[in-house]
Amino acid sequence: MNLLNELLRKLLFLPAQASQWARELDYLHYFVFVTSMLGAWTTLATATIFVFRYQRKHAQQTTPIVDPKPIHEAVFIGLPLVLFLSYFAIGYPQYVRLQTPPKGAMDVYVQGKKWMWKFAYPGGPNSTDVLRVPAGRPVRLLLTSRDVIHSFYVPALRMKQDALPGRYTQTWFNADVPGRYPIFCAEYCGLGHSAMLGELVVMPAAEWDAWMEQQRRGSQLLAQDGRPVGIENEDLRGSLVEQGRRIAAVQGCFKCHTVDGTQHIGPTWLDLFGRSVKLEGGKTIVADEAYLTRSMMEPNAEVVAGYKDKAVMPTYQGKLAAPDAAAITEFIKSLRTDAPTAEPQKGPIYVPVTGK
Amino acid sequence: MSPSPASSPAYNTPNYLNAEKGVRSWLTTLDHKRIGVMYLGLTLFGFFLGGVFALLLRLELLTPGPTVMDAMAYNRMFTLHGVIMIFLFMIPAIPGIFGNFFIPLMIGAQDVAFPRINLLSVYLYLLGAVIAVVGMIQGGTDTGWTFYTPYSTTTVTTVAPVLLGAFILGMGSIVTGLNFIVTVHTMRAPGVTWMRLPLFVWAMYATSVIQVLATPVLGMTLLLVAFEKVFGFGIFDPARGGDPILFQHLFWFYSHPAVYIMILPAMGVVSEVVQSAARKNMFGYKAVAFSSLGIAFVGFFVWGHHLFTSGQSTFASGVFGVLSMFVGLFTAIKVFNWTATLYQGAIQVSAPFVYFMGFLYFLVFGGLTGIALSSVSLDVHWQDTYFVVAHFHFIMVGGTIMAFLAGLHYWWPKMFGKTYSERWALAAAVLVILGFNATFIPQFLLGNMGMPRRYYSYPEQFQALNVASTAGASLLAFGFFMILFYLVASLVRGKAAGPNPWFSRGYEWNTPSPPSLANFPETPVIDRGPHEYQDGPAAEVKHAH
Repeated sequence: MNLLNELLRKLLFLPAQASQWARELDYLHYFVFVTSMLGAWTTLATATIFVFRYQRKHAQQTTPIVDPKPIHEAVFIGLPLVLFLSYFAIGYPQYVRLQTPPKGAMDVYVQGKKWMWKFAYPGGPNSTDVLRVPAGRPVRLLLTSRDVIHSFYVPALRMKQDALPGRYTQTWFNADVPGRYPIFCAEYCGLGHSAMLGELVVMPAAEWDAWMEQQRRGSQLLAQDGRPVGIENEDLRGSLVEQGRRIAAVQGCFKCHTVDGTQHIGPTWLDLFGRSVKLEGGKTIVADEAYLTRSMMEPNAEVVAGYKDKAVMPTYQGKLAAPDAAAITEFIKSLRTDAPTAEPQKGPIYVPVTGK
Repeated sequence: MSPSPASSPAYNTPNYLNAEKGVRSWLTTLDHKRIGVMYLGLTLFGFFLGGVFALLLRLELLTPGPTVMDAMAYNRMFTLHGVIMIFLFMIPAIPGIFGNFFIPLMIGAQDVAFPRINLLSVYLYLLGAVIAVVGMIQGGTDTGWTFYTPYSTTTVTTVAPVLLGAFILGMGSIVTGLNFIVTVHTMRAPGVTWMRLPLFVWAMYATSVIQVLATPVLGMTLLLVAFEKVFGFGIFDPARGGDPILFQHLFWFYSHPAVYIMILPAMGVVSEVVQSAARKNMFGYKAVAFSSLGIAFVGFFVWGHHLFTSGQSTFASGVFGVLSMFVGLFTAIKVFNWTATLYQGAIQVSAPFVYFMGFLYFLVFGGLTGIALSSVSLDVHWQDTYFVVAHFHFIMVGGTIMAFLAGLHYWWPKMFGKTYSERWALAAAVLVILGFNATFIPQFLLGNMGMPRRYYSYPEQFQALNVASTAGASLLAFGFFMILFYLVASLVRGKAAGPNPWFSRGYEWNTPSPPSLANFPETPVIDRGPHEYQDGPAAEVKHAH
């Protein structure tokens, strides 16, 4: 059975199976593959035999009228119907199971945005692009998106769920083979669609518990040889702020924008994030990530009231890569008068997830 | 093929091609045959454009990283490829060309019911095509042909012109469908009862019903997107209080039936081709005729199988999944009946027949992968991967284009009165079928591996199969150019075909080749079903003039 599984899996170019659901889905895949191949080739071989058997002998040959008896059509309908419905009878309960997370599953919030995945563990750390889960324990994903539709796809789990802006969707899995598996975005989301890659790290449960404990305490888990085993960009969010400050300086943002509250050629960045901003034309908008990014790319689309005559900001479309824009956004977010420190923190920032 | 020995009228006898001269006579023609020929030229140009973009896409995917273009160019290109192939070729080609040319000939009519509206449809096509293509190139539309919101309503690129273009193309599609429905109902010659209607006409009738009923929904949806994009209405964008899934429901309510607009005419074409090539009446005529209507009907209730991973309710997914099986069932009925038609036939392995076999092969595998997808759970793995891309290209390219080529080769002598080189045609057919396989079988495997579609770059483990696919696509392109070459050559120096080079007993062969302007000297009286070959050659002589 195991050997047959491996043989068919390789034959069909399927990736590793990291969960029981993936294995069972593959069994259905094999069943569908084998039966439909048999059916297809039987039909096509019959047609081919007829082609050789009934060659035209002269141009105006006559042929008998052969009309079907009801039994023929009944077989033509019955055979595929039984086969197709058997696929459905196996597949549909599997699908329902995937849509019904078990009680007691660990929740992880997943947020897709152009072009990265953000994961948040309730009461625990956030991470970008790397999702660490314990092997053998069910994990429920609550997905949403900050901009357009993305789709969270882990081929090794044979599992995919769209992340929609403005609402939550859910799915779940129970990965049981420790390892690292790629995460893709399966719903086209623009320029960085194919670069919106993540990694699912399935850790032995005990190791994961230790890692989570360390994360909660705020220090990095060190491997036995003393090197950090954290994924490289898990502390990206902390350092993103620093990157953002540097990029803003290089791009010349500070020629017009201040970070200390003084109004200059452009609006100050201090306390900008999350504020309701009055725009030219009377509209009010909340300065969220989307607005900030838009203002870098299309600065004259939504000008803050009072800056119309000075709408001199050039577009950074094409000059700022997505991560750069994100870094500047994060930098702006860190500029708060009510922040404990204006300085970026080292290591992951723990933002407790509140509410739904 | 050999010219009919019975009669080889000179090419310069009066016919629809030489009845009037000059560009003006073509631009203002109301003749259904000339309109069919204009559609041939226009849709083939669309196919050429879409094909060039396809080749550029395959070229880009030759290596994992950037190869010949940047991500923006790639995204624009697959949008162009999809929109052009679907709206400028797949939907209008067979109805526009063969539907216009042969429905009146097959029912013994002089023309379609509304010749002026028929001409209007050509201009709507032309106008819509120009607006869509120019709009996409000028505005750099990068949404993909599906225009999913809120991407399409928030992208910085221009989307409105292509929506307008598709809207106008949709209008052309509606009036064509309406025209055919009325034509079939009101203009059948004496003796052409519903149960003697050629199967191509049945398929076109079913297609027309979908065109008339589904296309308006596309129009509304595109207008709503345009309103949101241009005036800032909050219909689909959640940031403005809209619902992005609503768009998907509306879009697929048209676009899923639309795939039957693309495949049903193809099924009609091969039904004609197989009967003629095997000299056999259709085994299970009623089953094939009614299964077209069955597909048209059920096709309206399966759109939700595009949304299995969107978060729609499990109940809805189950209903859409099981209904999708019935589309496969009706298709299977056709496949079995076509196969059984070969039984005790007198088969001539000509170019149209080779394309018929290719069609059968691609439809069987394209169809069965569709069945596998509608098992619901397997779709969770395959949704939005190359498996789906390969699946619908097997049906659309492998199915519809095979049938298109089968019809083109089968009816070419009728349309233009000339024969082409059978040897070249067979060589090209084999090349095209091999090329299709080499292009799309690797894409099934890529989908199994988990490569999502619309990927500009990809991890390295996907490269080998991508290279194979690109190699196949080049083979395919070469095959198409071969076809173009010998068909054009046949117009210049082909032998006169005679009225019925295939000795076919389809009604359309009762006219001279090319047909005269009025089709029939007087309204024909039909006294038997199409493609009945049980009696001797006398039957053909009787209908030769």
